[in-house]
Amino acid sequence: MTAVGQSVLRKEDAKLLTGQGTYVDNLHPAGTVFVSIVRSPYAHARINGIDVSAAAAADGVVGVYTGADLESLWSGGLPCFWPVSDDIKLVKHLPLATDRARYAGDGVAVVVAETRVAAKDAAELVQVDYEPIPSVTDVEAAVADGAPLVHDDAPGNQAYTWELVTGDVDKVFADAAVTVKERYRQQRLIPTAMEPRGVLCEVNAAGDVTVITSTQGPHIMRTAYTLVLGIPEAKIRVIAPDVGGGFGSKLDVYAEDMIVIGLARKLGRPVKWTEERSEANVATIHGRDVIQEIELAATAEGKITGVRTRLRAAMGAYLQAVTPGVPLLGAWLYAGCYDVQAYDFHCTGVFTNTTPTDAYRGAGRPEATYAIERAIGALARQVGKSAVEIRRLNFIDSFPADIASGLQIDSGDYHAALDKGLEVLGYDAVLAEQADRRAANDRKQLGIGFSTYVEMCGLAPSRILGALRYGAGGWESLSVRVLPTGTVQVMSGTTPHGQGHATTFSQIVADRLGVEVSDVEFLSGDTAVVPTGMDTYGSRSLPVGGVALYHASEKVVAKAREIAAHQLEVAADDLDYEAGRFSVKGSPDKGMHVKEAAYVAWTAHNLPDGMEPGLEATYVYDPPNFSWPSGCHIAVVEVDTETGDVQLARYVAVDDIGNVINPMIVDGQVHGGIAQGVAQALWEEAVYDEDGNLLTGSLLNYLVPSAAELPSYELDRTVTPSPTNPLGVKGVGETGTIASTPAVVNAVLDALEPFGVTDIDMPTSPERVWRAIQEAKR
Amino acid sequence: MKQIAVTVNGTRHEAEVEPRQLLVYFLREQLRLTGTNVGCDTSSCGSCTVLLDGESVKSCTLLAVQADGHEVTTIEGLADGDTYHPMQQAFHEHHALQCGFCTPGMVLAAVSYLKENPKPTEAEVRLALEGNLCRCTGYHNIVKAILAASGAEA
Repeated sequence: MTAVGQSVLRKEDAKLLTGQGTYVDNLHPAGTVFVSIVRSPYAHARINGIDVSAAAAADGVVGVYTGADLESLWSGGLPCFWPVSDDIKLVKHLPLATDRARYAGDGVAVVVAETRVAAKDAAELVQVDYEPIPSVTDVEAAVADGAPLVHDDAPGNQAYTWELVTGDVDKVFADAAVTVKERYRQQRLIPTAMEPRGVLCEVNAAGDVTVITSTQGPHIMRTAYTLVLGIPEAKIRVIAPDVGGGFGSKLDVYAEDMIVIGLARKLGRPVKWTEERSEANVATIHGRDVIQEIELAATAEGKITGVRTRLRAAMGAYLQAVTPGVPLLGAWLYAGCYDVQAYDFHCTGVFTNTTPTDAYRGAGRPEATYAIERAIGALARQVGKSAVEIRRLNFIDSFPADIASGLQIDSGDYHAALDKGLEVLGYDAVLAEQADRRAANDRKQLGIGFSTYVEMCGLAPSRILGALRYGAGGWESLSVRVLPTGTVQVMSGTTPHGQGHATTFSQIVADRLGVEVSDVEFLSGDTAVVPTGMDTYGSRSLPVGGVALYHASEKVVAKAREIAAHQLEVAADDLDYEAGRFSVKGSPDKGMHVKEAAYVAWTAHNLPDGMEPGLEATYVYDPPNFSWPSGCHIAVVEVDTETGDVQLARYVAVDDIGNVINPMIVDGQVHGGIAQGVAQALWEEAVYDEDGNLLTGSLLNYLVPSAAELPSYELDRTVTPSPTNPLGVKGVGETGTIASTPAVVNAVLDALEPFGVTDIDMPTSPERVWRAIQEAKR
Repeated sequence: MKQIAVTVNGTRHEAEVEPRQLLVYFLREQLRLTGTNVGCDTSSCGSCTVLLDGESVKSCTLLAVQADGHEVTTIEGLADGDTYHPMQQAFHEHHALQCGFCTPGMVLAAVSYLKENPKPTEAEVRLALEGNLCRCTGYHNIVKAILAASGAEA
């Protein structure tokens, strides 16, 4: 039986279930000192002076440093790797502000002490002379005339403009029988990985720097540390130990890493910083915060001909690693899975006095999917079609599909996913119950919401990234080594933070080499063990890293074949290969297993002339295309029309992610993604007050849902293997988040249809729902 | 400083603690039992859940001095040697953990809850987990695992 396709239980679980996880804060090298960061309580303030004397004199304090004290440690500011346009304002972003704090949470000083508690106590004693100045936190207010400037060198708070136009958009709109124009607000979100960030740095006498950090990207960090701190890259070892979730937020290059590394070098002691949750809410990147305008041009029957999108995307106070590029990751998807002729996307990046935004699960694609999936609902209302009819009329239905925005969708079958979704839901029965409740004027109304989505993930073809001015490639590097006794090491450039790489990747290599899943050791997350990689984001681990692993395994098999042929004294072509064993054609009992070839390769006593000893191979895979998961998600909500309360009653998800390696793990990814997308629709919102204070600064007021708010999900799949890679796989890490938000909001609007409500902002809180009903009644 | 004696996972520990020391930091920083995680600072997330005299409690809501004379079970003390506790086994079999950070608290909260209500419904399990947040699993498989461990039908 092959391992691929089986729900193999996770190798990762044993230590995590028994409390043996290695999350950064669990590590305590002898002599470690602790860092606490003093952060601006003001959204915007001049720093006229900092008095550290009381803090410096406090018990247990090793040192107190202002931004000015440490400025010489940084050879540059924190990097932005994605300068998307010529007009981008690459504003300076120092790890600690020196003259001006630009958001509530901007670090201004740092205390180092012998204990965590002493550092925290002393941080309270740092006296900062702030001079508050006008601030702006709202993306539209920030572009209004006379708005306070976040950066003096960014007039109008404009960070950049970027556009993508194909086809004769003006003509398509002029010729359209029907147009709809909608405006949506993507509220600001706080990623909230359960493990707050942490970083620990040790420097030895030779100046070798070891950084243990809760990151999704140890290789990216190594490069970034060199850029910011000027340490030769070869002197830096970065370890991502067990990482407690990321969702994009741990991909970023953060000030605290630089502070900790800089101080460890300065002090010659291990230095550790562990983020607290209320600190995380201001100090770790936020997501979304975009105002979207979307227009559809269509025929009288509702066939969409053109899409025009205008975005204003909040960058926050600075440009983090990929902040400007996040809207671009959705730029191709504003026509969704629908066939259109003309396409116009325009985005303005805007500075605000807020925590910087960056990639949060889905990054650009949830925004695009939300816009088109809601806009098609508006179109359906206008042309008098159902949510199902309007979608069927517009689906792209031949693959590969060259889409108007300029890329090619690899594979899909959107009708099949919708069919299956309706079947799993039992659509007719739910429609009948909805009709009954409407007829009875029931207090609790049912709403059914659809989201038929396609997304692009598996980041990414390096040439496309280059064309988009992204500062790195999109390849991944995987190595396979068969040890002399036949067990196998996989060295992976993509590193997990909960996704189950160790199990999934072991399944892939086990099948290729004919070994047991348990014979495979998965190594990652340490640049000393795996020196090369592009890390984990954008649902890339399987469609890029997994495919690299496939190819590396094939290279191992090819070499083993040469060894086997030499040993068996036949031509390589005269060997069959199955389940790890080469056998001589016609004499199947004469053969050699890959494991045996590994021993032969290790002794090197009798190898073909010129062959290098050892049985290992590396493959660096650069994907020729993105992978394009698609599917149909359907939400059923029950809305209490008197209180505005929304309950998610059912959730059906039919996803097409190509071939599946481990169904259990894939389902888990979808479950978690759905919960996060539903949370955007119903509960989560980062709120700033008019002075720029974050009102949702903790888990008391930023509403991450618990099990009590969510139902079990009803999952199914369709499978159209991706033709662009030999595994036929697509990414799955973000599909749930991308698809689910519009499904839920469309369901809320469907429930409110009898009241004539056609628009509502997220999250659809009881207050918003209640107000929408009251206003519609007037 | 205050002198306390706490039995943790069957071992009696005598220690001096600051009166303001939270139980979770006593476990993590003094006893170096780091399986108990800290996920928030408002007693919202439940990552730090342990058993106090057999009953689940968020160890960030308790001072170490309040545990004086009591028995604490952390995730490190749940398994029977190399054999998982049935709840750990159920979490493993039902893929109820991804990054694993909420898992110790989630498992212990579930163990405690099933003592209280041995055959819960799905809705009851969901309500019982209200104080334990997970960002990875969407709770689907956690609920399934707990129902499986209870012997109730999922």
